[in-house]
Amino acid sequence: MSTTTTVEARKVEESYLSDKFTLASWLVTYDHKRIAILYMISITFFFFAGSIAAAIIRWDLIVPEGMLKDPETYNRMFSIHGMMMVWFFLVPSIPTTLGNFLIPLMIGSRDVAFPKINLMSWYIFVIAGCVAFYATFVGGIDAGWTFYPTLSTGYSNSFIKVAAAAIFLVGFSSIASGVNFMVTIHRMRAPGMYWHRLPVFIWSHYAVSVIYVLATPMLAMTMVMLFFQRQFGVGMFDPQLGGDLVLYQHMFWFYSHPAVYIMILPGFGVISEIIPCFCHRKLFGYEFVVWSSIAIAVIGFFAWGHHMFIAGISLYSGLIFSLMSYVVAVPSAIKVFNWIGTMHKGFIRFDAPMLYALGFVLLFAIGGLTGLWLANLAADVHLHDTYFVIAHFHYIMVGGMVSALFGGLHFWWPKITGRLYPEMWGRAAALIIFLGFTMTFAPQFILGYTGMPRRYATYPPEYQVLNVLSSAGASILALGYLLPMVYLPWSLFRGPRAPANPWDATGLEWQTASPPPSVNFITTPIVTTKPYNYQEPEVLEQQRQNG
Amino acid sequence: MNPPFDYKPGLNFNLPVAANFAVTTDHIFIALLVLSSAVLILVLGLMFTFAVRYRAGSPLDRGTLLNKTWILEIGWTSATFLGFVALFWWGGRVFLEEFRPPPEAIKIYVVGKQWMWKAEHPGGQKEINTIHVPINQPVQLIMTSEDVIHDVGIPAFRLKRDVLPGRYENMWFTADTPGSYWLFCDQLCGSGHSLMRGQVVAMTQPDYQRWLEINGTSIGLVAEGQRLFIQFGCAGCHGGNGTVRAPSLAGLYKSPVPLSDGTTVIADEKYLKDSILFPKKQVVASFKPVMPSFDGKVSEADLEKLLAYIKSLGSEHVR
Amino acid sequence: MAEPELIVEQEFQYSSLYDQGQTAIVGMWLFLAQECVFFGGLFLTWIYSRYWNQAGFDAGSHGAQLWIGSINLGILVTSSFVYACALAFIQAGRPREMTWALCGVVALGVAFVGWKLYEYHLDFVGHFWVNDPDFPIKGELEGGAKLFWAFYWTGTILHAAHMTIAMGLVTYVIRRGFRGDFTAQYHAPVEVIGLFWSFVDIVWMVLWPLIYLMGRMP
Repeated sequence: MSTTTTVEARKVEESYLSDKFTLASWLVTYDHKRIAILYMISITFFFFAGSIAAAIIRWDLIVPEGMLKDPETYNRMFSIHGMMMVWFFLVPSIPTTLGNFLIPLMIGSRDVAFPKINLMSWYIFVIAGCVAFYATFVGGIDAGWTFYPTLSTGYSNSFIKVAAAAIFLVGFSSIASGVNFMVTIHRMRAPGMYWHRLPVFIWSHYAVSVIYVLATPMLAMTMVMLFFQRQFGVGMFDPQLGGDLVLYQHMFWFYSHPAVYIMILPGFGVISEIIPCFCHRKLFGYEFVVWSSIAIAVIGFFAWGHHMFIAGISLYSGLIFSLMSYVVAVPSAIKVFNWIGTMHKGFIRFDAPMLYALGFVLLFAIGGLTGLWLANLAADVHLHDTYFVIAHFHYIMVGGMVSALFGGLHFWWPKITGRLYPEMWGRAAALIIFLGFTMTFAPQFILGYTGMPRRYATYPPEYQVLNVLSSAGASILALGYLLPMVYLPWSLFRGPRAPANPWDATGLEWQTASPPPSVNFITTPIVTTKPYNYQEPEVLEQQRQNG
Repeated sequence: MNPPFDYKPGLNFNLPVAANFAVTTDHIFIALLVLSSAVLILVLGLMFTFAVRYRAGSPLDRGTLLNKTWILEIGWTSATFLGFVALFWWGGRVFLEEFRPPPEAIKIYVVGKQWMWKAEHPGGQKEINTIHVPINQPVQLIMTSEDVIHDVGIPAFRLKRDVLPGRYENMWFTADTPGSYWLFCDQLCGSGHSLMRGQVVAMTQPDYQRWLEINGTSIGLVAEGQRLFIQFGCAGCHGGNGTVRAPSLAGLYKSPVPLSDGTTVIADEKYLKDSILFPKKQVVASFKPVMPSFDGKVSEADLEKLLAYIKSLGSEHVR
Repeated sequence: MAEPELIVEQEFQYSSLYDQGQTAIVGMWLFLAQECVFFGGLFLTWIYSRYWNQAGFDAGSHGAQLWIGSINLGILVTSSFVYACALAFIQAGRPREMTWALCGVVALGVAFVGWKLYEYHLDFVGHFWVNDPDFPIKGELEGGAKLFWAFYWTGTILHAAHMTIAMGLVTYVIRRGFRGDFTAQYHAPVEVIGLFWSFVDIVWMVLWPLIYLMGRMP
């Protein structure tokens, strides 16, 4: 249930970190901030599991005949990479860490609406993660993260069932988070925090929660049927038994396409917080940025078919899905224009979060523009299932979402930990990640256009140069990811103490101490203005003249 | 496998343009590239300009901010939307053409299985992992799979289509440059996925005729289908002079068939195949469901021959 | 910095029990929204598969026990009615009657599960388990009939799992009812779990025609 009526006075001034130090105080905590930290630790673990698989993939592709010499192992590697990265890193990444930490702080609440369910969702997530880890690393799933029948139901090992169970389970965790966030945003806002005074970060998480709640159950049902088909030999997806192969793909992408927006909408939210702060300027076109998030969440439900243009669906449904894919791209374009507009006449500082944000805008723009190529029916026929698709969605997922996660992590690091990270290292890491990323994935656009199919353990020799370039870039990218893993923990112990509002930012989360007390706010905050109420330049000018 | 291609190892930006759709699709690619670059340069340019001009240390007078931004917002939203609809329209037109084969196209059957491609020409010529096609003549690929989902992708023709078990998928092209081009399996199909490569060899008309003759078997698909039609006893009832009353198959293909449950279906490949394997599923109006099922008795290859024969029975073939 | 003494009295938004109850009800509605999509996925594939295999589905459907399904429908509809009575009782401030009504709900739930198990027994005896080698329907209808039974088992097992969970939740409410936790002012758990109970009931109302009626249409 939600907040208690009274709080013991002595607990109020202590930060949530110094409240208690026992292991139990972390493992059975109902504090959304501590649960966010638990999530952060676990998704970091899964991120590294997935990254190691990615490293092996890039290593294999250095030579045309494959360094692994064993296509089966290669298939297992990209299956590990896909499963870990999609369900155990990207889908929960920003919402369960930064979102969990910041939603109550940003709306001026003491906690989320259902703290116990919040903790439960983490436990389910960890259990599901362990099951998935077992299925992929021990069992050796080799059907990719999409599990298309009949490959998964008849021509692959039976750990598919374990993987289906893991995905079913992790869905519970997503749904619990989604319900929790939606109810929190509806019911727990501070006095005066009207809907159009909510930060865009909150709006993005609201949109994400809608997708969590309405898309995930379809995947759960798909996994139930896949499990039954594999376990009992029934034929929902088996053409031999009267079922339909393409039906599986429809059901799978009905979840997995909106899931793409789960993976990017929170990134939009983070960037919409960082850019106004470091431009010291109110967000350009707030209403448009907000409602474009909602539009993406809604229209995103009707664009799944573009994963299946050549999969055997009718040509006319292909037309509809192509049109819907273009329509859903419009709100994303609106956001990019508005971020650029925010920089106009700003006072721009280039701290590490801003560098990540600028990198995000650039990489997301490339990812979004190449999305137009793939939404185009004739172009997609050529590019489908090639490295072009790989490059496109890594630009969105890695160039976009991971940049946003790192940007947000640096931005709110002082708030979360009460310590400042070393700024120079932060900037260096941001640049290295940007360069490494571009070197890894830009060549893959060309590889894809020239026809190299995805999921190939070996490839014709004419693709070698670009593959080597991509693998070299991946090693730089890995260095970029390792750097924050060193200096961020270092700053926990040696970093200077952070003030409550180190960036001179607006937003309720900056009005409480760093790190925040267990109850978040000593007194109920009362909101009287729109968000991003950065002082207007003319006001600043007046202040300067007045001395 | 590494077929003898004219590609050299190393950087390869020059994807061959070797068929009708390669030309039309590349026009779309050029448009997309120009458009994307323009937008990217705009975004990048504004970002850098603003970053330098409005850096925190810059003493520049910012003046007043834009207050009325609605016109700007609606302007760029509708411009984006209209541009997108134009792109959609263009791509959709080409796409619809790619998967609607013209009737005069040479029909080549392609069967994918883990991990090889089998092709069969109308004259009965069979080949593995290679498809020989003539240039300047439409060629239709009729594709199916024996096990998992595969995908026929021919980058030089800018064409691709998933190949599903239990279904026939179509695509067509008119090759215009002789040469051999990659045929990739583009859909994950198991551990041999990356080895499931073949080639499409486009030849001039005389070369193709010569190739057909060298590899030609005396009986074509249709003739072989006719032999099977008699061998399986189909002719006994559907041949027109049997004792059992059965619907005539002449001119059946692509014609509407009234069913006993009152509905009407178009006799496409799926209908014909289903009617052979599960005759009681869709019974033709005013006929008794007496035909036995041939499920498990007819192999996939034989079924294709039967289908080819039935499709060849135009209305002039009345016995 | 505010004085600690002030803080103890500081009311936060929506901190009353009433507001917490309302919050829980909102949460349950959202949860039911996802349940709709979950079962919606099943019903959609069910109807889609039936469209392509109508004869087989109809043949398979004739093996299902219409009379048990109908009795169970009656039981569930009654149980929802009894639950609604329980809610009315507590709203009128009569916790004892509410608790006993909820006991009736659980008893009806047990009756449902009992009938369901008996039906499963008959299904097994009739060799309708999906990979039973003696599956009674042979020939060209076998594929469709087996597909029907695949959906039958998937749907009913998922529904039975929901029933079991719902019965556990109602038992929890009964325990709290006997402890005297609920009053006319505060009874949010009764309402929240009632929503879930009614939802599970409604799922059966969709399953019943899908399983028993559609195949028997003239």
